[in-house]
Amino acid sequence: MTGFQTLLYKEVLRFWKVAMQTITAPILTAMLYLLIFGHVLENHVRVYDKLSYTAFLIPGLVMMSVLQNAFANSSSSLIQSKITGNLVFVLLPPLSHWELFAAYVLASVVRGLAVGAGVFIVTSWAADLSFHAPAWIVVFALLGAAILGTMGLIAGIWAEKFDQLAAFQNFLIMPATFLSGVFYSIHSLPPFWQTVSHFNPFFYMIDGFRYGFFGQSDVSPSTSFTIVSIFFLLLAGFSIQLLKTGYKLRH
Amino acid sequence: MAALQIVNVEKRYKSLQALGGVSLSIEQGEFFGLLGPNGAGKTTLISIIAGLNRADAGSVAIHGYDVVRDYREARRRLGVVPQELVFDPFFTVRETLRMQSGYFGLKNNDKWIDEVMANLDLTNKADTNTRALSGGMKRRVLVAQALVHKPPVIVLDEPTAGVDVELRQTLWKFIARLNREGHTIVLTTHYLEEAQALCNRIAMLKSGRVVALDSTSALIKRISGSQLVVRLARGGLPDVLKPLVSHPDELVAGGKYTLRVNEYTEVEPILAKLREAGAVIEDMQLQQADLEDVFIQIMEGEK
Repeated sequence: MTGFQTLLYKEVLRFWKVAMQTITAPILTAMLYLLIFGHVLENHVRVYDKLSYTAFLIPGLVMMSVLQNAFANSSSSLIQSKITGNLVFVLLPPLSHWELFAAYVLASVVRGLAVGAGVFIVTSWAADLSFHAPAWIVVFALLGAAILGTMGLIAGIWAEKFDQLAAFQNFLIMPATFLSGVFYSIHSLPPFWQTVSHFNPFFYMIDGFRYGFFGQSDVSPSTSFTIVSIFFLLLAGFSIQLLKTGYKLRH
Repeated sequence: MAALQIVNVEKRYKSLQALGGVSLSIEQGEFFGLLGPNGAGKTTLISIIAGLNRADAGSVAIHGYDVVRDYREARRRLGVVPQELVFDPFFTVRETLRMQSGYFGLKNNDKWIDEVMANLDLTNKADTNTRALSGGMKRRVLVAQALVHKPPVIVLDEPTAGVDVELRQTLWKFIARLNREGHTIVLTTHYLEEAQALCNRIAMLKSGRVVALDSTSALIKRISGSQLVVRLARGGLPDVLKPLVSHPDELVAGGKYTLRVNEYTEVEPILAKLREAGAVIEDMQLQQADLEDVFIQIMEGEK
């Protein structure tokens, strides 16, 4: 287990040493979203009848920060190591594909949850939040972070240049998170876009996460949990296979 | 059982045949040189040994463990110093070495880490960030990283390229000690005098094939006798002497010629022929053949 523990420790230390950029900055960004959207929309949008817009927005922002930072951690670590060449330090030792997968993804989960907790702490003053089902909050935060950490791992393995990674982030991750219902309930969308949203796995992560707070959601949390779990298992299987065959890492 | 067993390894990059069936067997305790011009396939071969590349055909085993099938056991027994000067800018030298130990499953490795750092003159840089080190110091860290797990087989890919005399001496002293203690060393270098001084056996690679494989002394004996180097102030080399020139390039460049002589008694007739042809000698030296001459001869013979 020591090889895995060391790689996990190294990956956590890597982002911790630049915490200003990896933790503080995304917390500030989320605060700005809350101030601007909360201020503009508070009196215009009502979700689930009795819920204020700001209260609705906060769990969405927390989850969005968890997801984006989990993705950023594994993907940026891998692409940096590939481009600077120091990935050999990880490829030369007897680390198995399971250990590589677990260490990169868990470090991403740690970063995602650290940022998510930070966003929650600095935004929770703005509205009265309830904790209807805390277990679902934890489950969806963990699964969401693990999924995006795995996607970051896949993107980091696939990308050869920073701009390829940026394309993955800007054309896939960003639209999928923004269109998942962070800022709105999909019930406010026209029927066609409601249907489209149901094909976005990110929608289930945020919807299930929000259920943990309010006890209300667009789909039932157990349905979301099933879909999100299957999605995670598929991605995990795919990325472990990439690591096992050495795709783009061991030519 | 061989420390390193390479059997018919082939590797192709699109249209380029990087390795065309390389076989080598290196015994425990050898100091083995892998020589060849740029692009001969040395680094590709090392990458396949290290598991950084996968061979298209053939197999590599370290102490009997296949580098693909039994990669964990194989990699535990192998330390590689890569040619590229790579480092992780997030960490200090000590952090880097502790983490590298951890990747190999070693806890509490500080005693050996301190010893390696002391032997490579790294001790006073232990808490310096690797980003802040000079090129030579970064190279030392790379060597230290390859040695944290005391691998029985150590592969050094051009460790002295662009390195100052002091580091070269420090490095070879330490590596020679490890070799005396039983570690197998595989070295690639473009400094042939280094290979001649250190390696007991040498393989020469060209265009992905082994073109020579022998003990260092036997390779040098392939060039019998000595060499007469003459620099002419005036006149050219007469045709009768041209077959003796050991570096064909010199026939094109002119002015300086290296001529093979088997015995000292052959020197006088050569000088007489030069005089007859009207050539004036500016400078003259009699040299023992060395590995460089063998290398040049073998590489040109393979053209």
